[in-house]
Amino acid sequence: MAWRDGRHSWKRLLLYMSAIIMGVAALVAIRSFGTNLRLAVEDQAKILLGADLAIRGDTPFGEKAEDLFHELGGEQARQTSFASMALFPRQQATRLVQVRAVSGRFPFYGQLKTDPPEAAAEYQEGRTALVDQTLMLQFGVAVGDDVKLGAVTFKIIGKLLEIPGESAIASDLAPRIFIPERFVPETGLVQVGSRVHYTVYFKFKGQFAVDATVKSMQDRLHALSLRADTVEERKADFRRELQNLNRFLGLVGFIAVVLGGIGIASSVHLYVRQRIGTIAVLRCVGATPRQSFAIYLLQAGVMGLMGALAGALVGLLAQRALPYVLGRFVPVEMAQSVSPSAVVEGLLVGLVAALLFALIPLAPVRKISPLRTLRADVEDGSLIRRDPLALVLMSVVVLWLLGFSLWYSSTWQIGLGFFAGLVVVFGLLSLVAKSIMWAVRRFFPASWRYEWRQGLANLYRPHNQTLVLVLAVGLGTFFIVTLYLTQATLLEEVANVGSENRPNLVLFDIQNDQLPGVTALVKRENLDILQEVPVVTMRIQSVNGVPAEELQKRRSEHRGNWALRREYRSTYRERLSDAEKIVEGELQSRAGKTIRVSLEERIARELGVKVGDRLTFDVQGIPIATTVGSIRSVEWRTFQPNFFVLFPAGVLEDAPQFHVIVTRTDSRQQSARLQRDLIRQFPNVSAIDLSLVLDTIDSVLDRLSFVIRFMALFSILTGILVMITAVISGRYQRTRECILLRTLGASRRQIRRILLIEYFFMGLFSVVTGLVLSLAASWVLAELAFDTTFAMRPLIPLLVCIVVILLTIVVGLSNSRGILDHPPLEVLRSEQ
Amino acid sequence: MKEKLLQVDRLTKTYDGGERSLTVLRDVCFEIEEASCCAIVGPSGSGKTTLLGLCAGLDRPTSGKVMLGGHDLGPLSEERLAALRSQSIGFVFQTFQLIPTLTALENVMVPCELRGESDVRSRAASLLEQVGLEDRLEHYPTQLSGGEQQRVALARAFVNRPQILFADEPTGNLDAETAQTVEQLLFALNVEHGTTLVLVTHNLELAHRTERIISLRGGRIVADHPVSMKEVSPS
Repeated sequence: MAWRDGRHSWKRLLLYMSAIIMGVAALVAIRSFGTNLRLAVEDQAKILLGADLAIRGDTPFGEKAEDLFHELGGEQARQTSFASMALFPRQQATRLVQVRAVSGRFPFYGQLKTDPPEAAAEYQEGRTALVDQTLMLQFGVAVGDDVKLGAVTFKIIGKLLEIPGESAIASDLAPRIFIPERFVPETGLVQVGSRVHYTVYFKFKGQFAVDATVKSMQDRLHALSLRADTVEERKADFRRELQNLNRFLGLVGFIAVVLGGIGIASSVHLYVRQRIGTIAVLRCVGATPRQSFAIYLLQAGVMGLMGALAGALVGLLAQRALPYVLGRFVPVEMAQSVSPSAVVEGLLVGLVAALLFALIPLAPVRKISPLRTLRADVEDGSLIRRDPLALVLMSVVVLWLLGFSLWYSSTWQIGLGFFAGLVVVFGLLSLVAKSIMWAVRRFFPASWRYEWRQGLANLYRPHNQTLVLVLAVGLGTFFIVTLYLTQATLLEEVANVGSENRPNLVLFDIQNDQLPGVTALVKRENLDILQEVPVVTMRIQSVNGVPAEELQKRRSEHRGNWALRREYRSTYRERLSDAEKIVEGELQSRAGKTIRVSLEERIARELGVKVGDRLTFDVQGIPIATTVGSIRSVEWRTFQPNFFVLFPAGVLEDAPQFHVIVTRTDSRQQSARLQRDLIRQFPNVSAIDLSLVLDTIDSVLDRLSFVIRFMALFSILTGILVMITAVISGRYQRTRECILLRTLGASRRQIRRILLIEYFFMGLFSVVTGLVLSLAASWVLAELAFDTTFAMRPLIPLLVCIVVILLTIVVGLSNSRGILDHPPLEVLRSEQ
Repeated sequence: MKEKLLQVDRLTKTYDGGERSLTVLRDVCFEIEEASCCAIVGPSGSGKTTLLGLCAGLDRPTSGKVMLGGHDLGPLSEERLAALRSQSIGFVFQTFQLIPTLTALENVMVPCELRGESDVRSRAASLLEQVGLEDRLEHYPTQLSGGEQQRVALARAFVNRPQILFADEPTGNLDAETAQTVEQLLFALNVEHGTTLVLVTHNLELAHRTERIISLRGGRIVADHPVSMKEVSPS
């Protein structure tokens, strides 16, 4: 019976159920991609590290460390990495880069991918270098050109295409240059205060118990301030990150499922209303309420399954696009294979969503009275609201959404937050949509022309699809505009940092003897020295008399250990900078009998210390006992050096130190000129230009938002599908009205105008709803999450509005094609 | 002598059903005078509704001619037909056919507004008052009973002062008491506005309230008599 009843409307039902396609596709694509990535990582786990074991330190390895490495044995390779300015002499271009100086056959697993390929093996043979391809592209550098690092000029023999275990996004953040390690001393780049990382990589023969060995050496490593990285740890880290990414993208994809579900509920609701007559007849001829309900449930189930199957197919196709979208974030090579578990999961989620959302409007089928065959005016207005089963089903849907949110989130807080966000977004979209409809009905001037009144009145006609359309289109608009505005706000924030007379160029690693020269160079460009800050590196030796190592052992890994372990770059001065404010205690200007340091509030919290506590610092071998004199807040988002620990004057003046100079250049050209002159005279001095920071953030945000946009695309496509479905399911009623108006003498032009007005306002209201919400969300994100000022950029949102309104009109009118061709006689036919 | 408002000449309508075609009207001829009142009766499938549709310019005949108010409907475009309906024709349907998104008053105003007339509110309100719905002006169709909806439809039919009114089973969906009220209103308004009324009905009693009854069977006119004649049999 289900088949016989549905055979004439299966196309329509299938269309309704198609709203689930994109949601299922998103889940299948993401899950399948995740499975492939996990398999790839399992398969190429050693490539992630490039070795069996890596041991890292921030200072050159001493004798004890070398003894330890000797004990470990195996094949070893070394890497010294640090940030430095690179000069490309032919292009006269400079840029801060990440230098990787390597000796030995690193990487042991995987290969550096270069162009030409042989360069990867040859670069260690002479004064030669491999340079990140993005950097070469940026400055128009070719293989065969030179790059100068410090005092040494290297010949570029290859373009660096891929580094095993590192994602391509890393080259956007800090472009890398590989050189042979033996030239590091000659470059003169490693000096006092230089932040250098030293790594030794190991490759062991046979079955070497790396993890057990590392565990047994943990105390010695701690004592030497060394950290060990094993393949298993790297794999676990990566798995965790991968799972988080997968879950996040899964949640974004899930929004498409929910939106599709709402579309299904709305379409099935209309479908049921149109079938009321049939159902009443079935009831008359003996069908039980359960039977009539089962007929339509079966139809919805079969069509839902077909929709989910189509979604799984689309998902497998979309999965092929994911490596291009996420490629820069993925550090391994991946195969493309179908993951059966992902397909089954997608199918199940899709089918359950389709059935659950269809069940709500189907529940009242049980209540349709056979009396309707005799009396058309049997009341059935608010069947859903009065049906306890429908209410139970609604609760099940809510619980299912909550369950899914929790299941797909890494922590229950995120899951609950996502669920709350979902409820708030959909709730607010519905609220704004309903308010607009109410306002139109309440305040629309009765004196307006008939076409306007009719067009607008259609928006709140009984069984209208306005709400679902506003949800579908509004959500798409919300996604696009929120992403854009948030990105704009973040960029504006960075750009603002360098506005007006604020600093936009920081020169660091200036040695004591270089200070006069660098100062003179800056002044020669007629630039002001806005700040000149001495920096002294140090570590925490003890807190209130307890050694730092002891404390590290006591504390869990998550609390405060990084604060105990890290190298502090501190400064000394008599007063606060304009980015600092004392929140507790008093600032000591000059040291007295006791040295009272000022701690930044977050680091004080991490260390678990308060005013009056004792801290002993190891300043390059010399212990300095201090007391916490004050806690201060620091506005970190300023383009100037800020410090966790501030010493009073009169303590560190004679300690080994380097300097930072902060200035403001008038143009990018001036900044580039200064950096070029600087690198020629003082090759070890590095510069960070604000425009470089801006460009880097811009490109990273661009790539991130591209990924989110790609996932949001599934929701936007679902929105369009729901929009088409809603327009088509409302066509029956619209056709009747158009025919009636034609019968009463309306011209085609009048009817077209009514439809145009209806769809224009439908698009407008949807866009306004999405826009209002996205403005609110972007504002909240800016003010609360990013603690910055919301930046309004009206152009793109305006363009989005125009496109969405046009899209709504095009979908609406193209669906109304043919309505005008119906002969008016159908009004009379329906009488019979 | 009264003018002929509607002239139907050798009207034939055949529906092409692929291999088999179905002729529902054959060579139908009749004339209706201005301000007269006529009923078309016949069993189901006799062609009543098809005939009404052709007379009102809602459909096109296979052959034959319909002249309405001196206009030959045949050569007129759909747009001209719509304009003619807007100017000269009123309709009352069995299922009321009100626009659900408009109030009773707005529904009545629609035909005039489609003609671009302004200031029709008072005329529409007065018509609604005439049909006894002065306190239902701002109600939506769903808030009205069947009888009330049909009274709104009556007001809408007369608001543009049509020359001819086509009513298709106007009381078919109403109970006896309500039907009586609607009938009385229909005829009273018809007399008051001097409109020509063409009524399609099964209801013999209703048909006998007109001046003339045209009986159809199998697509042909089998009888066409003034109402005083008793031999009319509708089914």
